[in-house]
Amino acid sequence: MKSQIDVKTVRRPYVRPMAGWWKGNAFFVRYMVREATAVAVWIYALVLTVGVLRLGQGEAAWNGWLDAMKSPLSLSLHLVLLVSMVVHTYSWFEIMPKTMAPMVINGERLSAERIQRTGWSVAAVAFVVTLLLAVWSQA
Amino acid sequence: MAEAPRMIEIQVLRYRPEQESEPVWQSYQVPFTEDMSVLQGLQYIKDEIDGSVSFRWSCRMAICGSCGMMINRKPSLSCQTFLRDLFPGPVKVEALDHLPIERDLMVSVEPFVKKLESIKPYLIPKEERTLAQGEYLQSPAQLAAFEQYSSCINCMLCYAACPQFGLNPDFTGPGVLALLHRYNADSRDGGKAERMEILNAEEGVWSCTAVGYCSEVCPKGVDPANAVNQNKINSAVDYFARFFPKKGGLI
Repeated sequence: MKSQIDVKTVRRPYVRPMAGWWKGNAFFVRYMVREATAVAVWIYALVLTVGVLRLGQGEAAWNGWLDAMKSPLSLSLHLVLLVSMVVHTYSWFEIMPKTMAPMVINGERLSAERIQRTGWSVAAVAFVVTLLLAVWSQA
Repeated sequence: MAEAPRMIEIQVLRYRPEQESEPVWQSYQVPFTEDMSVLQGLQYIKDEIDGSVSFRWSCRMAICGSCGMMINRKPSLSCQTFLRDLFPGPVKVEALDHLPIERDLMVSVEPFVKKLESIKPYLIPKEERTLAQGEYLQSPAQLAAFEQYSSCINCMLCYAACPQFGLNPDFTGPGVLALLHRYNADSRDGGKAERMEILNAEEGVWSCTAVGYCSEVCPKGVDPANAVNQNKINSAVDYFARFFPKKGGLI
């Protein structure tokens, strides 16, 4: 009998390429959108940081930053950022049940839907309160 | 009364290493009845049309985890996916994504098995007990902490669903990390310290970016994404714990 070692193998495992892996699957496209909206969060953080720095440089600098915020370019950027933030908030709470340890209340595990709905509700309330505060401060 | 079979086209991604340099599509016309799964469609092809088509299967009832494949681009168990739901077709069948194709619909499983072995997927008793001391008791709440993760059947659908594993085959991956969690979360187990090294590594939980598709395709409701991501917290705690004195220790 031939030993195992003498058997010639025709094995040639084929590894498929990964280029464009997310394009053909709606789930992956949504994931990429979620990840991309993090860039919007970062950009908005930069905008606010510049505002704080300008505030520290005196009244003229601060007013200049306020004027810049009112320019059409800034307004359209803010519109894009707002939409991105809404998508970001929605998708962030959507994945939240997967990212946390199970919460057991009265012997029952808190359902994923409950966690998501709580997150979305808190975000919606925070959004409305912030909006009301902004309107009130202008009045 | 026997129903008249309908016809459906099944396209199979063929790869015969001695014959092809890269995979090619081959189409088959298959008669099917209401109760036929994709696996049975493939078995019809192998028995009646083309005996050279290769695929793995065993139990035909979604418990052995052998017949996983991409069906219309979704990682699925072929015994659990029915041709009637895919009519009028065509049904596109490929080997599981992200894993090297050995032949036709069969992938290499060795790297997965090696990873599985590495996490010590068995109970390492916290305390040695003699037979006379009886069994290791566990409360329903303690059982609930890990039960879902013990439903894993090693079918590797979650690996085919994980782009991070596709981009980096060294990633321990969703299924094995879920099983690691299954044992770490077991109140009877004392092997956590031995497994944390694998979990904490860059190829461990930190290679996961919470895509979440693994849990979407899992045929057993294991939710590997949850197992992996809650262990990012455990891993962080494990890291920072070193800066604090142990209970009763001296600073």
